[in-house]
Amino acid sequence: MDFFLQLLVNGISLGFLYALSALGFVMIFKSSSVLNFAHGELMAIGAFLFLALSAWADLPIVLAFALTLIGSFTLGFILEKFFLRPLIGEALIQVIMLTLGLALMFRGLLLFIFGGDIHDYPKFLPEALSMQWGAIQIPAVYVAAFIIGILFLILFGLFFKYSSQGIYMRSVADNQPAALSLGVHVRRVFALSWAIAALVCAMSGIVLGIINGINVHELSSIGLKVFPVVILGGLDSIGGAILGGVIIGLLETFTGGYISTSLREIIPYIVLIFILMVKPYGLFGLVEIERV
Amino acid sequence: MRKLQFHPCGSFKTSYQQDLNIFSTDFGRLWMGISIVLLFGVVPFISSAYILYVVNNIGIYAIAAVGLNLLIGFTGQISLGHGAFFGVGAYAAAILATKGGFPFFLAVPIAGVVSAAVGMVFGLPSARLKHLYLCIATLAGQFIIEYVLVQWEGLTGGAQGIFVPSATLFGINLGNDRAFFYVIFGCFVLMTWIAVNLIRTRIGRAFIAIRDNDRAAEGMGIPVFPYKLLSFAISSFYAGFAGALFAFYTMSITPEPFNLWLSIQYIAMIIIGGLGSIPGSVFGVIFIVTLNEVLSHATEYLMNVGVSTGVAITIAPLREFVYGLAIVLFIIFEPKGLAEVWRIVRSNFRLWPFSY
Repeated sequence: MDFFLQLLVNGISLGFLYALSALGFVMIFKSSSVLNFAHGELMAIGAFLFLALSAWADLPIVLAFALTLIGSFTLGFILEKFFLRPLIGEALIQVIMLTLGLALMFRGLLLFIFGGDIHDYPKFLPEALSMQWGAIQIPAVYVAAFIIGILFLILFGLFFKYSSQGIYMRSVADNQPAALSLGVHVRRVFALSWAIAALVCAMSGIVLGIINGINVHELSSIGLKVFPVVILGGLDSIGGAILGGVIIGLLETFTGGYISTSLREIIPYIVLIFILMVKPYGLFGLVEIERV
Repeated sequence: MRKLQFHPCGSFKTSYQQDLNIFSTDFGRLWMGISIVLLFGVVPFISSAYILYVVNNIGIYAIAAVGLNLLIGFTGQISLGHGAFFGVGAYAAAILATKGGFPFFLAVPIAGVVSAAVGMVFGLPSARLKHLYLCIATLAGQFIIEYVLVQWEGLTGGAQGIFVPSATLFGINLGNDRAFFYVIFGCFVLMTWIAVNLIRTRIGRAFIAIRDNDRAAEGMGIPVFPYKLLSFAISSFYAGFAGALFAFYTMSITPEPFNLWLSIQYIAMIIIGGLGSIPGSVFGVIFIVTLNEVLSHATEYLMNVGVSTGVAITIAPLREFVYGLAIVLFIIFEPKGLAEVWRIVRSNFRLWPFSY
């Protein structure tokens, strides 16, 4: 029973990590329908920027964190401006290959600068955050990840529902020509959504880095794990990303715990194929019906 | 003797037959003949062992890339699992040759058929899915096939892989590069010829109709799903065929090369070469394989010459960077690829000096 509970807790915390990394992905897809294959690399950039600022430049944690967020916000802006804007209206394959190319560039650069080893952040989370509950204990980082996840969910929910920028973003995602004709500055919306997405990616990269240590290869493979998560939850639903993340996380830990550890890595993709066959728009995704 | 045809200074086609012609002028035919003679008569004799090895690799990858272009460039179905289908072909050929005792000339086409069957299974989601959903489904297919190749140890030998016996064809041992060159490029010319002609048939036109607008295609009475599945099958057949040649050429295979990276490379080849262009896929393969070789030589050179090996090791990841940069630059500045560049260069020569 303890084993089961421990797996449950591990699964939920892993799931929250996936959910957290899926948030940025959903942001981009929601406002510009771009499938971002450079997602893991964007997370890695955020994580390494924070590492460089906090551990190497020895800035105070809060300042380093703020600077990282500003830096990745700018990066997202630049990415949209120079790489994705020329591709508006191009075929899907071009956009996918562009993000793949960007992923390769980033990975090469990060490996060049930081190497392929695992780096660690200095410890800064207060131990008081960790929870002990019977035989099961939850480390402080997981609690922090949980809190950040919930916070983001609420913040983005409010942002999309009430702020004017959020409403512009939703309108652009829904129907670009209509949004244009109603006076929405579509290009600014794209730029802003990439910037916010890069910021979210950096956040999740930092949290993942605190838990597992930062490693380029690891983060980029998590970037691919995002696909089962967002497909399960629905590509354009933030709540779906959270639920999808938790389900995939649970599935992974339970498969790893009870069936086989080697199957663990692949089970999300098997589930992915199954979902795509049965319910391609996921749990909460916007259903577009086309009968061809 | 019939009248020779030269380039007209505009489009004066008066029948569909003229539009379907592969060679619009007799010069094209002549150059094609010359280049085939050069390819078979001169290249294997003047190139060093290393160049011949690179050329052989180009031939193998070109077969698979032509297949992928049929799927992505002509049918519009994005597949991120082409590398895995290539691997399925390689493994099928290796298993047929070692455990089934099949001869080379049977093992290669059968491996293609096995790969086509697997490709059709992973093409099944295309019944309901399009665009990015299909793309993600094939991504999942890539991971699942990779997993099976590693884990099904009884059949695939797990991470150790399989040693493939050297191939013989009609009593001739194909163990050396030059003999294999003729096999690879014989197959390459045959497969390209089939692909070029396939596009001109009913099937090819159906593919193009589905790519351009699947709803309109359905409305015009084209059974969309069977044709999509057929496209997956043909494309995986090409991949499997090339994979089988690869297995016999390298003589030992492990699951490692058939990863997502290989699939990405294939897509990069046809994007850089030109989507929806058969010669373009060949240009793309030449570009990518050459780039790979140049980059690995550059790192090796730096490792030997550099101040210390430490510098070279840190420079190695820049390979990935250059690779990504090449893809990004091509997509932004020449989305139609090298085929378009080639067309522009040719028409400049043709129209010179009065280019308007």
